[in-house]
Amino acid sequence: MEILILFLPLLASIISGFFGKYIGDRNSEIVTSALVSISAILSIFVLYQVIVNQYEDNIVIATWINSGSLDVNWSMLIDPLSAIMLVVVTLVSSLVHIYSIGYMSHDPHKPRFMAYLSLFTFAMLMLVTSDNFLQLFFGWEGVGLCSYFLIGFWFKKESANAAAIKAFVVNRVGDFGFALGIFLIFYLFGTVNYSEVFQQIPSVVDKNLSFLGLEVKAIDLICLLLFIGAMGKSAQILLHTWLPDAMEGPTPVSALIHAATMVTAGVFLVVRCSPIYEYSPLILNLITIVGMTTAFFAATVALVQTDIKKIIAYSTCSQLGYMFFAAGVGAYNVAMFHLFTHAFFKALLFLGSGSVIHAFKDEQNINNMGGVWKKLPYTYSLMIIGTLALTGFPFLSGFYSKDAIIEFAYLKGNTTGYLAAGIGIFTAFLTSIYSWRLIFKTFHGEYNNKEINIEETHESPLVMLVPLIVLSIGSIFAGILFKDLFIGHGNLNYFWGEAIKFLEPLSTEHPPMWFLILTPSLVLISIPIAYYLFLKNKGLTDEITNMNKPLYNFLINKWYFDELYEVIFIKSSKKLGLFLWKFFDVKIIDGFGPDGISALIKKFSIKAKKFQSGFIYQYAFVMLLGFTALLTFLIIK
Amino acid sequence: MNFPILSSLILLPTIGALFLFFTKNKDGNNLTAKYVSLFTTIVNFLISIYLWIYFDQSTSNFQFIEERQWIDGFINYKVGIDGISILFVILTTFITPLCIISVNNSVKTRLRDFLIAILIMESFMIGVFCALDLVVFYLFFEAGLIPMFLIIGIWGGPKRVYSAFKFFLYTLLGSVLMLVAIISIYWITGTTDVIQLYEQGIDTRYQNLLWLAFFSSFAVKTPMWPVHTWLPDAHVEAPTAGSVLLAAILLKMAGYGFIRFSLGLFPVASEIFTPLIYTLSVIAIIFTSLIALMQEDMKKLIAYSSVAHMGFVTLGIFTIQQQGIEGSIIQMISHGLVSAALFLCVGVIYDRMHSRLINSYGGIVAVIPKYSILFMLFTLAALGLPGTTGFIGEFLILMAAFKDNFLVAVIASLGVILGAAYMLWLYKRVVFGKLINVELKKMVDLNRSEYFILTCLAVPTLFFGFYPDPLINTIEISVNDLINMYKTNLINK
Repeated sequence: MEILILFLPLLASIISGFFGKYIGDRNSEIVTSALVSISAILSIFVLYQVIVNQYEDNIVIATWINSGSLDVNWSMLIDPLSAIMLVVVTLVSSLVHIYSIGYMSHDPHKPRFMAYLSLFTFAMLMLVTSDNFLQLFFGWEGVGLCSYFLIGFWFKKESANAAAIKAFVVNRVGDFGFALGIFLIFYLFGTVNYSEVFQQIPSVVDKNLSFLGLEVKAIDLICLLLFIGAMGKSAQILLHTWLPDAMEGPTPVSALIHAATMVTAGVFLVVRCSPIYEYSPLILNLITIVGMTTAFFAATVALVQTDIKKIIAYSTCSQLGYMFFAAGVGAYNVAMFHLFTHAFFKALLFLGSGSVIHAFKDEQNINNMGGVWKKLPYTYSLMIIGTLALTGFPFLSGFYSKDAIIEFAYLKGNTTGYLAAGIGIFTAFLTSIYSWRLIFKTFHGEYNNKEINIEETHESPLVMLVPLIVLSIGSIFAGILFKDLFIGHGNLNYFWGEAIKFLEPLSTEHPPMWFLILTPSLVLISIPIAYYLFLKNKGLTDEITNMNKPLYNFLINKWYFDELYEVIFIKSSKKLGLFLWKFFDVKIIDGFGPDGISALIKKFSIKAKKFQSGFIYQYAFVMLLGFTALLTFLIIK
Repeated sequence: MNFPILSSLILLPTIGALFLFFTKNKDGNNLTAKYVSLFTTIVNFLISIYLWIYFDQSTSNFQFIEERQWIDGFINYKVGIDGISILFVILTTFITPLCIISVNNSVKTRLRDFLIAILIMESFMIGVFCALDLVVFYLFFEAGLIPMFLIIGIWGGPKRVYSAFKFFLYTLLGSVLMLVAIISIYWITGTTDVIQLYEQGIDTRYQNLLWLAFFSSFAVKTPMWPVHTWLPDAHVEAPTAGSVLLAAILLKMAGYGFIRFSLGLFPVASEIFTPLIYTLSVIAIIFTSLIALMQEDMKKLIAYSSVAHMGFVTLGIFTIQQQGIEGSIIQMISHGLVSAALFLCVGVIYDRMHSRLINSYGGIVAVIPKYSILFMLFTLAALGLPGTTGFIGEFLILMAAFKDNFLVAVIASLGVILGAAYMLWLYKRVVFGKLINVELKKMVDLNRSEYFILTCLAVPTLFFGFYPDPLINTIEISVNDLINMYKTNLINK
C-alpha cells in the first residue's frame, strides 16, 4: 500500500504524458487528479497509523547502485517525518491537480501539464521517503527538473524560458554543495544510508579535516555542504534569485512547487539530518543567521513589489527563512510545524491569486486591480483567510507556528537567538504590512484596470474554489489541531520518535508575557496601518517613496542581486569561455600546434624548393663552398 | 569453446564489406548495399549479446581466448575479453547498426563506399577491445584511423580536408611514440602478450618513459586538454554517422587503453603521473565547459562537451578505486549512447534545414514535438540528471575523486554546474522560444527510422540509469582484480 502512494503519481504521469493524446484532455485531467487523490488518501491513512500505532517501516523496492562498498537501494522509509511530508505533498498536490482543471481550461497542452504535475509529485515523494542520501538527491534533482519544465511550460515566452534555466542552474549551484556533502559523508562513513550514517556521527565529532588548506571539523563541513544544497532549493539569500523569476510558470505550479512542497525540501533536509546538525553548533548558528537575513530581506522586498505573484513569492522566501532559523535554534519540530501550516496558507494564497489573475484575464500587476471584492466574494474571503493565517492572526494556523518559532529563538538564550527573535518579530510586522497591502490594492479602492471592464471580471468556477475552500480549512485549523502533536511538550518524544534528534531537550519554559503579546499586537496594529497607507491616504505612501528614493530603488531592484550576479558570474564566464576558445584554443594551441607546425613545414619546404633551381652553376658553386669549408676544417684541425 | 567467436565478431563486418566491394556500385543498388551492411552488423550485435549471456561474471580471467601464431616467435594473434572489454564490444556492435540506419539523406554520393568504410571500422574497433597482444592492439588501434580519415575527408563538410588532416596528424603523431614503446617492451621483456606482461610486470626503470609514450597516444585520442583541438573540427566536418562513431566509440578506445595498459602494465609510473592526469582532466572539464557555453555551432558545442565528459573519465580512471574506475566505464558507455544520440539529433535537424548554427533555430517544439522530447531526454542525460546513466558515471567518479583529493573533486564538480548551463541553454535556444524563422514551420517530425534509432538509444540510457546492476556486475570483478593487481605490483616494486 505504501508503495502505491509513491507510484500512483508516476502512473498518472505516464498515462497523461504518453497517452494523453489518445484518451483526451478531460480524461487525462480526471485520471491524474484521481490517482494523486488516492495517493493523498492513502498518505493520510499512513500518517494516522504513524500517529496512533507508532507505525514505522523501511521498505526496499530494488537495488540501484551497487559499486564496491557503495550500496544504494530504491527504498521507502516511513517514519513520523516522512509521513508528515507525504500528507503535505500529496494533499496539496491533489488539490492543485483539481484546481488546474479549471485554471488551465484554455490551455492547449493540458495532458502535458498534468503529466508534469504528477511527475513532480512522484519525484517529491521519492525525495521525502528516501532512506539514503542518494535517492534523496535523485528526488532533489527530479523536483528541480519538473520545476524547470513547469516554469518554462509556456515555452514561447522568452522570459519563462530564461527563468526556467535560471532556476535549474542556480539550484545546481546548491546541488554542487549538496553533492560534495554526500561525497564527504561517503568518504567518512563508507555509506550513504541515513541510519548507518547517523549511528556513526558521534564517533567523528572530534575529527578534523584539512579542506582546501583549512583545518575544519568534519561535522561542520558536512553540515555546511548539505546546507548549501538546502539554501539553493529553499531559495535562501544568495541563492534565492531564481524563486521570484519562477513565477513565470502557471500559478498552480507556483502554489504546489514554489510554495508548499519543493522549496521546503531544504528545510526537510536540515530536519532530516538533525542527528548530524545537533553536533555542529557553528553551522546551526550560521543557519539561524542565513534564515533571519532571508526572512528580513525578502519581507522588505515584498513591501514594494507590484506583481501579485512576486509579492507572494518573496513572502514564501521570507517564511522559509523563518523555518530555517527555527531549525538553526534547534527547534526542528517547530520548523516542521511551520512547514506544515505554511503549506496550507501559502498554497491558498497562491491559488487565490491565481483566481484573481484569472478574473482579470491574466493581469498580475496589483496597481491595475482594485475594487473588485464584491465581484469576487469567495476569492476575496478566502484570500483574507490566507492572509490572516500568514500574518499570524491569533488562533489561525500561522499564529501557532510562527509565534512558536520566535519564542524558541528567544528561549535559546544566546545572542543569535535574541537577534533572531527580534528580527523575527519585526519581520512579522513587515509581513503583515505587505500582505494587507496586497489585499487592499487588489480588492479595495478604485477599479484601476484599463484593459477590461469591471463587469467582465468574474468569480472562478467551482472546480477552482473547492480546493481553495479545503486549503482555507487547513489554514484555519491546522495550527490549533496539530499544535500538540508537533510541538506539544508532553508529546515531543512520543510523536517524533527517532526521526528528530535533540542532544538537549528543548526548553519547556515560557517566555515573559509581554513577549508573547508583542507579535500578535504588532500584527493587529499593522492592519489599520496598512489600511491607512494603501487605501485611505495614498498620497502619504507616494511621499514616503519620494523622500526615500534611493532606499525605494534598492528595494524595488531586490537589493541588486540579479545585477550583481549578472556581472560577476554570467558575463565573466561568457567572456572567459570566449577567451579560452578564440585565444587559447585557436591562437595558442592550434597556432603553435598543428597549424603552426604545418605552416612551419611549408615555409621550410618553400626555402628548400629554392635550392633546387636546376642551374648547374649554382649547384657547382654550393659544392665548392662545401668543399672549401670541409677542407678548412680539416686543415685547422 | 572451440568456435572462434571473437574472431568471427571481428571478421564478420569485413566480410560484409568485401561482399559490398564486389557488388556493382549502381545508384539503384544502394538499398541492397544498405541491407547487406545492416544485416551484417545486426548479426554481429546478436553474437555480442550471445557473448554477454555466456560470459562468466564471476571471474576476472580473460575468456573466449583465441591464440594463433602469426610471425613465428614474435607476434601472436591473441584475442580475448574480460568484464571491462565486453561492454565496449557490445557498445560497438550496438551503435554501428544504428549508424547504418541513420545513413539516409546525409550521404548523397558513393553510399556503398561509405558503408564499406563503416563496416571496416567496426572490425577494427572490435579488434581494439579484444586484442590481447600489444602489436595486435596497435594495429587495430591505428588502422581505425584510416576509415575515419576517409569518412571525414570524402563525405565531410566544406573544410573536410583541413579537418581530416588535422585529425590524422594529431592522432598519428601520438601513435608513433606508442609503437616505439611497444617495440621496446618487446626488447625488455621478450613478449608482447598482455596476459604474460600482467604476470611478469615491467621493470620500474623503464615504466616512466613507456607510460609517457602510451599516454601521448591515448591523450590525443581521448582527447585530453590541450591536444583536443582536432575533435571539434573533425566533428563539425564529419557526416552525422561519422560523428556518431567518432564520439561513441573511437574516443572510448583511449579510455579503454588507459585502463588496460597504463594501469595494468605501468602501475609505478601511473602512480607518479596521476597528478598530471588530474590536472589535465580538471582543466579539460572546466575550460571546455566554458568554451562549450559560447559555441554557436551545435556540433561544436557537443564536441566540446565530449572533451569535458572524457575529462571525467580520465579523472575517474586514475583514482584507482573501485567506484572511480567503474564510474569511468559507465561514463564511457553513457557518453557512447548519449553523445551518439545528440549528434544524431543535430543530424536530424541538419538534414531538414542544412544549418548547424544555433541561432538559425528556435521554437521548433511546436513543429516537431516528438523530436523535442527525445532531444530533451538526451540533454538531461548529458548534464547528468539522476535516473540517467550520465548521473551514475559522474557521481561515482566524483565520489572516488573526493576520497583521493578534495580540491580536484571540488573543481570537477563545478563542471556539473556548467554542464547544466550549456546544455539547457543550447536546448532552449534551439527548441523553445518563439518561432521566428518561418522556414522552420516546414520541418517534419522524426520519420520512422529516426524515431527508432533515438528510441533505441533512449531505452538503455534510462534503463541503466535506474538499474545499472547489469553493467556494474559485469565489470565488478575485473575492475576489482585489476586494482588488486595494480596495488600488489606497486608494493612489489
